[in-house]
Amino acid sequence: MLYREVGQFKTTYAADMAMFPIRQDRVALWLVLLVAFVGIPMLSANQIWPFGSDYLLRAILMPFLILALAAIGVNILVGYCGQISLGSGAFMAIGAYSAYKFGTGVSFPLPFAGFDVSIPPLPMLFSILLGGLMAAFVGILFGIPSLRIKGLYLAVATLAAQFFFDWVFIRVKWFTNYTPSGSVNAPELNFFGFLVNSSIEKYLLCLIFVTVFAFIAKNLVRGNLGRQWRAIRDMDIAAELMGIRPLYAKLTAFAVSSFIVGVAGALWAFIYLGSWEPLAFSIDRSFQLLFMVIIGGLGSILGSFLGAAFILILPIMLDQVPHALGVPISVETVSHLVFIVTGSLICYLLIVEPHGFAQLWSTAKEKLRLWPYPY
Amino acid sequence: MRAPSGGEIASGEVLLAVENISLSFGGIKALSNVSFDIRKGEVRAIIGPNGAGKTSMLNVVNGFYHPDEGRITYRRQTRHRMKPYEAAASGIARTFQNVALFKGMSTLDNIMTGRTLKMRKGVLSQMIYWGASQKEEIEHREFVERIIDFLEIEHIRKAPVGKLPYGLQKRVELGRALAMEPELLLLDEPMAGMNLEEKLDMCRFILTVKDSFNTTIALIEHDMGVVMDLSDRVVVLDHGQKIADGTPAEVQGNKAVIDAYLGVAH
Ligand SMILES: Nc1ncnc2c1ncn2[C@@H]1O[C@H](COP(=O)(O)OP(=O)(O)OP(=O)(O)O)[C@@H](O)[C@H]1O
Ligand SMILES: [Mg+2]
Repeated sequence: MLYREVGQFKTTYAADMAMFPIRQDRVALWLVLLVAFVGIPMLSANQIWPFGSDYLLRAILMPFLILALAAIGVNILVGYCGQISLGSGAFMAIGAYSAYKFGTGVSFPLPFAGFDVSIPPLPMLFSILLGGLMAAFVGILFGIPSLRIKGLYLAVATLAAQFFFDWVFIRVKWFTNYTPSGSVNAPELNFFGFLVNSSIEKYLLCLIFVTVFAFIAKNLVRGNLGRQWRAIRDMDIAAELMGIRPLYAKLTAFAVSSFIVGVAGALWAFIYLGSWEPLAFSIDRSFQLLFMVIIGGLGSILGSFLGAAFILILPIMLDQVPHALGVPISVETVSHLVFIVTGSLICYLLIVEPHGFAQLWSTAKEKLRLWPYPY
Repeated sequence: MRAPSGGEIASGEVLLAVENISLSFGGIKALSNVSFDIRKGEVRAIIGPNGAGKTSMLNVVNGFYHPDEGRITYRRQTRHRMKPYEAAASGIARTFQNVALFKGMSTLDNIMTGRTLKMRKGVLSQMIYWGASQKEEIEHREFVERIIDFLEIEHIRKAPVGKLPYGLQKRVELGRALAMEPELLLLDEPMAGMNLEEKLDMCRFILTVKDSFNTTIALIEHDMGVVMDLSDRVVVLDHGQKIADGTPAEVQGNKAVIDAYLGVAH
């Protein structure tokens, strides 16, 4: 099928303002959703290659979905609102540990008041969403400096958040329910009586979260709030004169972004890891997310998926392809190669195409639309 | 607070008055003791040589710069200083000398930001989009499309503004300001760097805005021909001071102005 808009005249603004105004894009989206929601579970149920084992689901698709979700969150803040953040790992941790506390029951002794605050263990879904909410709350607190400071200085402030929370979750034993090792186990994945156990169930759960949040994010960024974020990013002075309040725009971006990152953190801990240590959310994670967003495309929801896929698949490809070709390559060399490729790609993209893969993709579509005529 | 306060201002009544405004940056006096007013419905030109303080004056009016001294009365409300948000909310819109568009956004999105203050739907409704938020978006889109038609920029609706030629960028910026349905429109050299044809288009747009939308306009412009044709009254600044104020004809014949401005090679 040719990628053409010919004949697709929009007779209403509603049609022109649809999430995907071009029919081929809509069809592609439905196909992807169909494969993800129906195709993969069916292949997996029948043990058809490559779903004969759980490897693809557990080691690739699940982390891809969860990190793509986190990347969407980071993209809202960095790509859409233009506020640099190096603390995404910390916000994932806040989501994970808050969800853990809500899921296992919070008890908070208040000796001076003479009583304890205690909340019984909450249902899993609420715990995860509350994890996101706590992350949003902390995100707003750490976003306040962004009203005064920009660029590098803001990056340093978010870096401080990263190190602070790394420290908190290692040192404050209350968060880990005083387990001796500091490592914690996720509570049972009970969604209103439905126990999520098998890999395919976990995969579907992640898929549902990612789909819902991706749609919400897409709606936000194309609407009034998203325009305010982008306006602040592109020219904050002019934005203010349009009546956009930097306080509101920036803090909503911090809140929405941290919420999504926090939920992703909770999913990462509960569903992908199962049991985890504070190191799971270190500065490395923050950088990984930032790289995903830069490579995939700043200011693009699709880009968040592309970036997550690339960063996850690159090491696997670099490991497998030489082997398949019979080239002996050591694990060490692979990890060096990953750094080299990621690093040079980021340099290239930042200089040549700041909007990442997503932009390359839409440029390609633009060309395709006009093909075979040059313009 | 968003509702215009103090009731309607009648045509010809003073809409904005600045009194004894002084502003300095370190040692430089950008404005000293400048007073003038703008009446509802007129095109008020602000002219003067480079560095005279024209842009600074607009920045004071919409709250970017806070004057050291002086008062600003807008819609019968007197303040020592404006705040950018207040200025926008009370109907002052602005274009910039060096185009200040949102470069990463399309023409349509740029102009849509002008509707920000008129959009009321909350974050939750925007998340879901379908229903209330969509209805609101469409309503405002219709308004914005009328501006796009008026400015004859239909063909670049979806184009990212960063890549547009300068003349079109200026037009989009005017569109963005018009989307706010301003009562007072501040135009900082809207025709700078344009060729003759583009200038004529821009003049036509400004006159239509004045006549059909009943918008009051403050216009900074170096092209004296344009100033003479478009403006009702002219205030002349030089070295931060007001040196003349009157109709275009009066100002043109003013000795101080000729010395300061028209006299120099231009
Ligand atoms: N933010 C600022 N910081 C320091 N000095 C400034 C600032 N803004 C303006 N000035 C100074 O104030 C004086 C008036 O500048 P302004 O931009 O208002 O002039 P102008 O009349 O708009 O000139 P032009 O015709 O070149 O646009 C100049 O000397 C300028 O250098
Ligand atoms: Mg100027």
